[in-house]
Amino acid sequence: MSNRTLAVACALAVALLAGGARAKTLVYCSEGSPENFNPMLNTTGTTFDANRPVYDRLIEFKPGTTELEPGLAESWEVSEDGKTIIFHLRHGVKWQANRSFTPTRDFNADDVLFSFDRQWKDANPYHKVSGGGYDYFNDMSFPKLLAAIDKSDDYTVKFTLNEPQTPFLADMAMDFSTIQSKEYADALLKAGKPELIDQEPIGTGPFEFVNYQKDATIRYRAFKDYWGPKPKIDVLVFAITKDPSVRLAKLRANECQIMPYPNPADLASIRSDPSLQLMQQPGLNIGYMSMNTQKKPFDDKRVRIAINMAIDKQAILDAVYQGAGQPAKNLIPPTMWAYNNDIKDFPHDPEQAKKLLAEAGLANGFDTDLWAMPVQRPYNPDARRIAELMQADLAKVGIRAKIVSYEWGEYRKRLQAGDHQMAQIGWTGDNGDPDNFFVPLAGCAAARPGGGNSAKWCNQDFDALVNKAATITNQDQRTALYKQAQVIMHQEAPFFLIAHSIVYMPMRKEVTGYVMSPLGGHLFNTVDLQ
Amino acid sequence: MLRFLLRRVSLIIPTFIGVTFLSFLLIHLVPGDPVLARTGERGIAPERLALLRHEMGLDQPLWRQFVRYEGQVASGDLGRSVVTEEPVWREFITLFPATVELSVCAIALAILVGLPLGVLAASRRGTVYDYTLMGASVTGASMPIFWWGLMMILVFSVALGWTPVSGRISDEFFVQPVTGFMLVDSLFSDDAGAFRSAVSHLILPAIVLGTVPLATVARMTRSAMLEVLNEDYIRTARAKGLSRGRVVFIHALRNALIPVVTVIGLQTGALLGGAILTETIFSWPGVGHWLIEAIQRRDYPVVQGGVLLVAVLVMLVNLGVDLLYGVLNPRIRR
Repeated sequence: MSNRTLAVACALAVALLAGGARAKTLVYCSEGSPENFNPMLNTTGTTFDANRPVYDRLIEFKPGTTELEPGLAESWEVSEDGKTIIFHLRHGVKWQANRSFTPTRDFNADDVLFSFDRQWKDANPYHKVSGGGYDYFNDMSFPKLLAAIDKSDDYTVKFTLNEPQTPFLADMAMDFSTIQSKEYADALLKAGKPELIDQEPIGTGPFEFVNYQKDATIRYRAFKDYWGPKPKIDVLVFAITKDPSVRLAKLRANECQIMPYPNPADLASIRSDPSLQLMQQPGLNIGYMSMNTQKKPFDDKRVRIAINMAIDKQAILDAVYQGAGQPAKNLIPPTMWAYNNDIKDFPHDPEQAKKLLAEAGLANGFDTDLWAMPVQRPYNPDARRIAELMQADLAKVGIRAKIVSYEWGEYRKRLQAGDHQMAQIGWTGDNGDPDNFFVPLAGCAAARPGGGNSAKWCNQDFDALVNKAATITNQDQRTALYKQAQVIMHQEAPFFLIAHSIVYMPMRKEVTGYVMSPLGGHLFNTVDLQ
Repeated sequence: MLRFLLRRVSLIIPTFIGVTFLSFLLIHLVPGDPVLARTGERGIAPERLALLRHEMGLDQPLWRQFVRYEGQVASGDLGRSVVTEEPVWREFITLFPATVELSVCAIALAILVGLPLGVLAASRRGTVYDYTLMGASVTGASMPIFWWGLMMILVFSVALGWTPVSGRISDEFFVQPVTGFMLVDSLFSDDAGAFRSAVSHLILPAIVLGTVPLATVARMTRSAMLEVLNEDYIRTARAKGLSRGRVVFIHALRNALIPVVTVIGLQTGALLGGAILTETIFSWPGVGHWLIEAIQRRDYPVVQGGVLLVAVLVMLVNLGVDLLYGVLNPRIRR
């Protein structure tokens, strides 16, 4: 590693001197260290961000949207029955090189097969390399979904599924569907160092990996043979800076030009700083409170609606989100194409709530627990404070809520097991498809103990609609089904939906061309410095 | 001297076993485990959770896991991080020089500034110097490091622009790690400005980390000096007509140093605690930062191995301090 990085650094220096110009360097104050350089193995946004400059996928998200566009696949066809997808691969895509590896061929179907086989098949020599976690591949049910992946020729790959699954295409744009080089993998295997594939990445992306100094910096340089539009900056540096106040201090001192995740309390001062600009976008997320519908009295719809009416949502938005959130009335955020804007949120009406409780035979209220996450999440800046506000509102209608919290891993485990009565939780979307919200959070399959449906709510009509929508390719038809499903969810009220948070991105005034991704990732292909 | 050394070294082994036991027990007592820590809101299918736990050996009874771990450590293997899959010792070796560099500068600052201040306060007892210095040292010793670090950054880096905000060197320099000590590596790099950049990056974190030890050393030196200055032999020395400087620095200071050296030794352990916060604020890629991350991710091998390695170092420093007593005060050798 050390000689290699030295060589790359020297090459970089020589190239820059020869060019006679100072390299245009963009420093991004990233929030943490990547686990390694292979997104197949990880689930954290921090690691995905560190890998995106290097790698491509068959399908990409169009910048700034959740729409799909061709990536390493120029086009694709889906069969009538939705079970076969044929990808036509792009010609002339070059692989990057490093000290130990020089590619002898362009990207082709073998690389696609390798990248999926590695995650899928025990027999693949790389399956166990670097721990072989492949959490996303498993979580997105790929082992169950995939029947076969075949190479028709060097530039055509056929995926056969066990059942039609429209969100499959969006899954192919997710980070775990990254394409690695089979030639590099073979060379490393021969050299007896297969784990280097996940530490010194070779990709087809807009930037080449130069070096990683653990917990300090990651360096990349523009890849001159990149198949897409060339990056406008020469060098990209991730300066790992864990504390948000320090990130902001670095930004103000121009030690970095872009930073993610500012403190909500700093937003006003960022806005008023003439050397900075602040971009914002509604996050693809939802913060909510689940009512365990398998426990009394939450099995009664009237009680759930009463709770929805008893809590003052706007007060939570004002006190806790402080402008960085919009009230939620559906499980999916309004930026999604299937959003049902006709739904009218429950009004804040404690009197009506009391009536409903009386109808349900609970005129004297009841005792319940109310769980609050111990950590800040992208969709919920302060669950404890929200729980306190909820507790006060619920007390006004006679519901005596006791606030409970556990260590974060334990919290999720118990929540998924269904130990709670009422509990806050939330979700950040992976691929922009509504299926990615409805099925894991409210589907019947996820209502089992250990599943992500924390209301443990299983409504057959709702379930049939969302499962059907996942098998149809026509977006208008899917929208109609999801809209209907949202009506059912509203009527049944298994959740108290709190808010969709707004994501902020402070940067220097000199930065141009940055496009925020609704999926929460950070991309620098289009960024320039004035 | 040899017997003294052997006696001290033999104490290291039970301490070592105690440390492995405690670090193992504590991290396993914290709820959650490495598999749960990485699952997120998505959750994990129970079969897969069981499989991953089995692969990591987490389904074994705790005592068996501990016995296995002890055996592994005894054979010199600290295991691999469950997050990065890198061997623990390699990660430690990569990051440790950064911590040493910062700690040595901080303790050097504490001694070079704290000792003279303590002597000054003692020799000017009851004057405005004494009250000011001791008032400042009480403030310094009780300073919350996180707040102090951020204040220093806001004043010196953001408002005045005198020092960089964080990191070990400016991003424009690429210094190949050879020793891992940025000051050394940058000195031998071809880039003329690299060394200056490394020094400027070290100033604030060293001051922040050095504040508590500095205040402690100053206070300890003052009280030890006051005690010694009242001794008969000092009066005799003065009566002989020796200069005030000679009496204070030669006759008194050497005898006052024993408690001061003890405090410096103890501060080295405390320094590693402080380094965790300082490294986090200044994005300093050292072992403190690394351990915190490992605790959050329930990276058992890193937490256990890291704590063990740090404990060994503290033991070695304390051994060094004990040996130094012998040098300072020959009576202790017996």
